[in-house]
Order: sequence, then C-alpha cells, then structure tokens
Amino acid sequence: MRRFLLPLVLFLVLAGFLAVGLSLDPREVPSPLVGKPAPAFQAAALARPDATIKRDDLLGKVWLLNVWASWCGACRDEHPVLVAYARKGGGVPVYGLNYKDKREDGLGWLQKFGNPYTESLFDPEGRIGIDYGVYGVPETFVIDKAGVIRYKHIGPLTPEVMRDKLEPLLRKLNA
Amino acid sequence: MIPELGQFILMLALAVALVQGIVPMVGAQRGRADWMALARPAAWLQFTLVLLAYFCLTASFVRHDFSVLYVASNSNSALPLPYRVAAVWGGHEGSLLLWVLMLSVWTVAVARYSRSLPLVFVARILAVLGLVSVGFLLFMLVTSNPFDRLIPAAVDGRDLNPLLQDPGMVIHPPMLYMGYVGFSVAYAFAIAALIGGNLDATWARWTRPWTSAAWIFLTFGIGLGSWWAYNELGWGGWWFWDPVENASFMPWLVGTALIHSLAVTEKRGGFKVWTVLLAIMAFSLSLLGTFLVRSGVLSSVHSFATDPRRGLFILAFLVIVIGASLILYAWRAPRVGLGQRFGLFSKESMLLVNNMLLVTACGGVLLGTLYPLFLDAMGMGKISVGPPYFDTVFVLMMAPLLLLMGVGPLMRWKQDDAGSLARRLRWALVFAIVAALLSGWLMGRISPATTGGLFLAWWIVAAISVDLIERLKPKPGMGGSIVGRARLLPRAMVGMMVAHLGVAVFAFGVAMVKTYETERDVKMGPDASTDIAGFHFRMLSLKDVQGPNYAAAQAEIEVSRDGKVIALLAPEKRIYRVQNNPMTEAAVDSSLLRDLYISMGEQLPTGEWIVRVQHKPFIAMVWGGCLVMMLGGLLAASDRRYRARQTRSAAIGGATAGRAA
Amino acid sequence: MPERLIQRGHRLLAGLVLAGALAGALITPPAWAADAPSVSANPAMEARMMALAAELRCLVCQNQTIADSHAGLALDLRQQIRELLAKGMSERQILDYMTERYGDFVLYRPPFKATTALLWVGPALLMAGALGALFIVLRRRQRLGADAFDPDTPEEEMPR
Repeated sequence: MRRFLLPLVLFLVLAGFLAVGLSLDPREVPSPLVGKPAPAFQAAALARPDATIKRDDLLGKVWLLNVWASWCGACRDEHPVLVAYARKGGGVPVYGLNYKDKREDGLGWLQKFGNPYTESLFDPEGRIGIDYGVYGVPETFVIDKAGVIRYKHIGPLTPEVMRDKLEPLLRKLNA
Repeated sequence: MIPELGQFILMLALAVALVQGIVPMVGAQRGRADWMALARPAAWLQFTLVLLAYFCLTASFVRHDFSVLYVASNSNSALPLPYRVAAVWGGHEGSLLLWVLMLSVWTVAVARYSRSLPLVFVARILAVLGLVSVGFLLFMLVTSNPFDRLIPAAVDGRDLNPLLQDPGMVIHPPMLYMGYVGFSVAYAFAIAALIGGNLDATWARWTRPWTSAAWIFLTFGIGLGSWWAYNELGWGGWWFWDPVENASFMPWLVGTALIHSLAVTEKRGGFKVWTVLLAIMAFSLSLLGTFLVRSGVLSSVHSFATDPRRGLFILAFLVIVIGASLILYAWRAPRVGLGQRFGLFSKESMLLVNNMLLVTACGGVLLGTLYPLFLDAMGMGKISVGPPYFDTVFVLMMAPLLLLMGVGPLMRWKQDDAGSLARRLRWALVFAIVAALLSGWLMGRISPATTGGLFLAWWIVAAISVDLIERLKPKPGMGGSIVGRARLLPRAMVGMMVAHLGVAVFAFGVAMVKTYETERDVKMGPDASTDIAGFHFRMLSLKDVQGPNYAAAQAEIEVSRDGKVIALLAPEKRIYRVQNNPMTEAAVDSSLLRDLYISMGEQLPTGEWIVRVQHKPFIAMVWGGCLVMMLGGLLAASDRRYRARQTRSAAIGGATAGRAA
Repeated sequence: MPERLIQRGHRLLAGLVLAGALAGALITPPAWAADAPSVSANPAMEARMMALAAELRCLVCQNQTIADSHAGLALDLRQQIRELLAKGMSERQILDYMTERYGDFVLYRPPFKATTALLWVGPALLMAGALGALFIVLRRRQRLGADAFDPDTPEEEMPR
C-alpha cells in the first residue's frame, strides 16, 4: 500500500520546490566576487582624460562603485537617488564606472542629470566591467577599506534599497 | 462590445463547465441516468461557447481593436492578416484561450465517438474533462483575461514578437496544444476507470486510439517547433533543451511509455497499475509544462510575461488536480489485478524495461530542467544546466532504449529464450555494424561515438527487417503470395514498425548532422564568394528591402556545385519597425541529403556583412523521422479494431488483438 | 647553336607557362569572384573560440549561448575569449576566468561539485535503481502462485 503513495509524496516535494521558486528570480545572477578583493583596474577618468585612477588609490576607505551609462534607461531612474545621497553628505564617496559609453555622451549625461560621483572611470570597451562581472547596467558595488567587495546590488537603486541594505552595511564598514 | 461579449461568453462557459464537471460525476456515483445524460450536451454547449469566445478575440485582432489590452500588446496595424489571426495565441492570455478551446475540441470528440462505451464511464470521463476546463477558465477569468480593456485605447499596437511572424507559428502552437491537451483524454479515461474500479483490457482498447492521436499531435507539434526554430532563429540549431522545449518533450516521453503500456494491458491484461500511473503522469507533465512556461520560475526564450499571482494560481491548480489524482491512485491501485503471467525474459518484461527507460529519461530531463531551481530554492547558489549536460545524459539514457527497440518487437509474449532470439538477430547485428562503419566511411571520417549512434539506427532498421521477413514467410496453413500475407498484417503492427523506423531515421539524422556539419564565417560584399563542402556560394547583390512591417538588408547568394547553379538564396537581416529589434532571417536550401544554411551576422563598417554558411548533412532526417513516427502512429491508431462498432463480436476482437504487437 | 637553345628554351618556357595556366584553371575555381576572407585571420582559433562560446551562457539573454547571441555583452565576451586564447590560455583556464567573474551560472555544463553531484550522478542512479527494482519485482512475481494472475488466453496463430 505504501509504495502506491510514493508518486504523491514525490509530487508534493516537487510542488514545494516550485512554490519556493515563485519567489525567486531565475535571471538574477549573484556575484562570485562578494567577499573577494575588488579586481584591480587602471582607468582614465571620464572628466580628465589624462588622469588615471587605480584601484589601489582607493584603499583605506569604504566606497561605492556604481556602473552607469548614458544609453541606460534604468540608470536614469536610479540617478536621483545617488545624487540625493551625494548631496546629503556624510556618506561614502561614490565612484562611477562609465560602461561602454562615449566620453562626450557620458559627460553630457552627467551635466544634464547631475554628478554624484567623486570621479567616474572611463571604460569604453567594458573591460573593467567584465572583470567585475557586470552583465546588466546599472549595478552597484560596496567596497570596504581593505578593498574587498562586500555587496553587489543588481538593478537600479531605490531609496528603500539605500535605506535597508546599503546604508546599514556602510555604517558597519565604517565603524 | 465584442470583447465584452467574449468575456461574458467565457463566464457562461465556466458555468457550463461546472455543470459538466459535477453533475454527471455525481450522477455516475448515484446511478442517476438523467444526470449522466447531461454530460454530452454540456460538452457540446461548452465547446460552442468557447469557440464563440475565441472568435470574439480573433475578431478583435482582425479589426485592429487596440482598445483591448491583449490585442494592443500583440498586434499592430501593419501586421499582415494571417499573423493577426495567429497572434491570438501569441501571448499568455490568448494561448490559454487556445488551450481551453483545444480541450473542448477533444471533449466533444470523446462525446461524439464514445457510443460503444457505457454511459457511466462516459459520464465520468466528460466530468473529469469538465473539471479541468473549469480550472483553466477560472484561471483565465481571474488572472489572465484576454478581453481586458485598455483605456484609453492605444493608437497602435506593440506588434507581434517578430520571432513569431513566420508560417511555422501559424501551426506549431495549435498542434502542440492538441497534443498536450490530448493527453487529458487518456488521463480522464484513467481517472474514470479508477473511480469505477474497472480497469481491464476493454478499457485499454478504448483508451489506446485517443492516446495515439494525442501522441501523434504532440510529435508533430514538437517536430514542427524544432523545424521552425531552425528556420527562424537564424543560428542553425534545432534543439536547445530550453525549459519550454523540455516541458513539451517530457509528456512525449511518458506518452510513448503509455502507448506501450496500453498495448500490454490490452493484450495481456498486465501493467494496469503502470498504465494508469503513466496516464496520470503524462497529463501532469502537460500541466507542469504549462506552469513552467507561465510562472517565471525558469528562464526561457519561450516564457510568457509573468506575474507571481498567475504562477501561484497554476501551482494551486496543479496541486489540486495531480494531488487528487495520485491520492485516488494510491487508494484504488492496490486492488488492481496483475494480469496474465509472464516470464523474466519475455516481450512483457522487455516492454516494462522500455517503459522504465522512457520514464527514467523523462526523469533525467526533469532533473536537469529543475535542478537550478532546486539549488536556488535551498540557497545553494545559481547554476545553469544546458545542452552540454542534456546532450550527454540523454544520449546515454537513450542508447539502451534504442538497443532494446531492436530486440523487443521480436520477442515472444509470456516467455522467450535468449538463444533463439540471438540466432534470429545475429545477421541484423552484423548488418548494423557494417552499415554504421560504411556510413561513416562514406562521409569521409569514422568517429567512435558517431559509429555507436549510427549502429543503433541501423540496428533498428535491421531488426525491423528481420521481423518483417519472419512474418511474411509462408507458413503451414497460410499460403498465398507475399503481398497477400503482407495485407494480412494487422495495421497496428505495421504502425509499430513504421514508428520504430521513424526513430531510426531520426537517430541517423542526429548522428550524421552533429558529427559532420561544417560552417564558415566570412566577410562578404557583392561579388565575394566562398566554398564549403564542395558547394560554391557567391553573393550577387546586397540591397535594402521593405516588408509590410519591417525593413531589411537582403543578400542574394547564388549556390552552385561543379559550376552548375543549384539555388538562389536570399538571407535577410530584418529590423521590425515597431519593436525595433533585429531579426536574422536565414535562407535554407533543403534536400534529403543536406541542408545549406546561410545567415547574416553583423554589418562591418566597410559595408560588408559577416555571413555564416553552414553545411548540414542529413538534417532533413531529423524532421523526416518525426513525420515517419507520426505515420506509424496514424497506422496504429486506425487499426480496424478501434473503429469497431458495437455489433463487433468479442471473439473477433480477441483474435486480432492476439496477433498484433 | 646558342640561338637554337634559346629558341627551344623560349618554347619550353612558353609551354610551361601554358601548362601552368591550364593546370591552374582546372584546379582553381573561376577567379572572377573574389574569395571572401574568413572573419578571423586565424580560423583555427576562431573555431576554438566558438566552441568555448557554445559552453557559456549569455547573461543578458533569456536562454542562449554567447556563441549564438548578438547581444553587446556576448560580442564583448567573444572578443575577450579571442584575446585570452591569443595569450595562450587553455580552454579550462578561460572557463575558470569566466566563472571567477560571473559564477557557475555562466557555464552551461554544470561543474561537478558537491552541490551538483546529484545532478550528474542522478540519471545513472535513477536508471540503475529503476531497473534493479524492476528486476526484484519481476523475480518476486515468478514465485507467486498461478491464482495471482489472470488465466492465460489460448495460444494464438502467430506466437508474437
């Protein structure tokens, strides 16, 4: 008698997994770099073509790396959040990674919508992006004083994400 | 007005489906003939209502009614008429309506062609089908109404996904749904038999043609989908083990096992419990497929736009339907008899092994498809499971099955002996090995893995030949010509041979194309040429063309061999104006022996295009194999004994049943 | 004497040139169409790149390899693979490179580790288990008495 219940039991286990699956996003790719040192880079600054920014220059402080592009619609949506954060003061420096963009387009975009970035890295071919595992713009990384990536947010930032995820972490890292 | 009418009609259909689902079922339990008699008229009424609702939706598309949200999302004023009609099933809501329509078509078919069945049985079957319909109609009306209005109306629609604007789109989903949904009939037969407690050879004989019909449609639908993807997607592939493809393939695997299981139940009264479970599984997999495609749980090129509420509804429906069925199964199955006795080495046991292998293969596909979900749900990371996994695992699981396909049909019922079987098959073995090596050698290169695959294909062909020769040999008391004896072969048996031949043709095509296909990526401008596999391709011209709803760059390429022009192909790179996405329209020159496939990649700054030219030997056999399988199924399903009228005596039925495989 | 030699030499040369031209015309395809150059200067490496690309998932697509996708990221990654191959990295190293940056999700052939052991071994276990169970059940049935079964139908004309 019991072996006839086996199909039912197996099915209910399967249904359980499917139910959990409904709350997951199959296309969200968690980063394998969380907990690892931020990949080294050496990039020209967007605003100052002759200057170079190296990852090691940023050791010793907590900072945010925000990947953006002038052609990215969702970046427009999240931009006010970053601008407000930078304007508020008392927060960590935000560095931009201008991904696969043209210098003029990127600078023009910042002029139009505001520039919350201490500096933006210019990555016209997306090489730094590949090193950071960027697949969809916008993305935001939290990097600590030792240069280790502590968190990656995929998709546009919202005030809730800033408040509930990023700010507590930033406070903790700065303590 | 029309959309509101359509919605109202759907609500009526739901009411009728409720009546159809409940009243005859209760009537069957209580022995109330008048309640049971309600089943057929209810089925016909529901069909009429669903068909009318479907026409309402189609009318909205044809009339460019962009005040209907669904029409605005899937159509456009420049969309040609045939695609406007096909666009009805281009999105989630409309395809659900198609599902319900197909279900009502199968239901009335059962209502119409069930005169020889006892009313109690018919009442239960139609009631089960009615309840399934209730679930889908409710789902539509509550979460996925195709008639929802868009206020204010859109000026123009978002256009049908360009990938769907192809002739294959016009028939693939309806055929696929006919197959998917068709398994609901076998399911209903199984549930009705479990409730009624009468699982016997007669039940199997009634169920078989319905199952074969659904299987034929599903084979057609899957083959068509594959062929369409090959022609339409522009990368030359024809199967990606995408979750939605797997969702249609799994019911096919179990459906095939079901057909074989039904054969044994009909002939030997055995496998009853198995058959019932397989019938439940086949339809459950159809429902599971519906869930996977529409819930957003898996990432797929086929996924419809998703909404967690919809996923939850379908999951609840799934749990109720499948859960109830499996509870019924657990309750009733233990009392079912074992049928006739058979030995460890017999056709019955080989068929059991066959079913095991098919179900296991299905399990393997299910495992691969859902594994990323399992790991993610348990917080153990995210992985992808794609063609490299499935190709390996599936081929390894299918190999023993293909081997068995040669052996099984030749075995005797009840008990056979290995020695005589080996003797009968030894020349088939030799032939298969030689033919496999020869095929490889003729292609210019013998590779071990391919030889294995080719051996299996030729092995099946050889075994079928042995079977045929044995059956056509003159026997004592059975003279006459070969043709005369051939005519006496039961159609079901011929159907089996043809269907198995189809599998061999398919396997041959797969082995050949995967091993010997070649491709070249070249930069081409006008007058440039290239060669592949002895064929010469020359670009004659490059021009811009305007389609009804797209603009395209078209290359005219002349294909020749040994100086003789064979074909003029015109691949395109289209940009569909509304959604502004690029589409690769490949140009294919097909023949039985090879396909020449040309697709345009990217345009270079110099104005030249990157063109990929592919030579695919024997790929037509992949779809040819599917067609041959279908033919086999048709032959088997149209066997005389399934068209038996009430007056046919049981003795004749028993004798023909005994002879056929 | 030298003049005749030179004459013969000229004739020989002319004959050779003619023969060469004829041979050339017979062997090579008609030369009026320019032979299209391969996309890559190094077709062998291109083939290796495409083979690797077929193993990797395009992260911005619904479900496609980076070999087949025309998305920006797919093109970038294909270029990256070309450069890595040119640097002399092996197939395994390049796959590891991608996995370091994008995780196991980017591999269409799941790596064999503790979490995926069930995936890779599962089908074999399933098959062995199913066939084993079948064998046991059938063996057990052999020992049952005749009354557990339906009566045999009479022998038919054809034994199969």
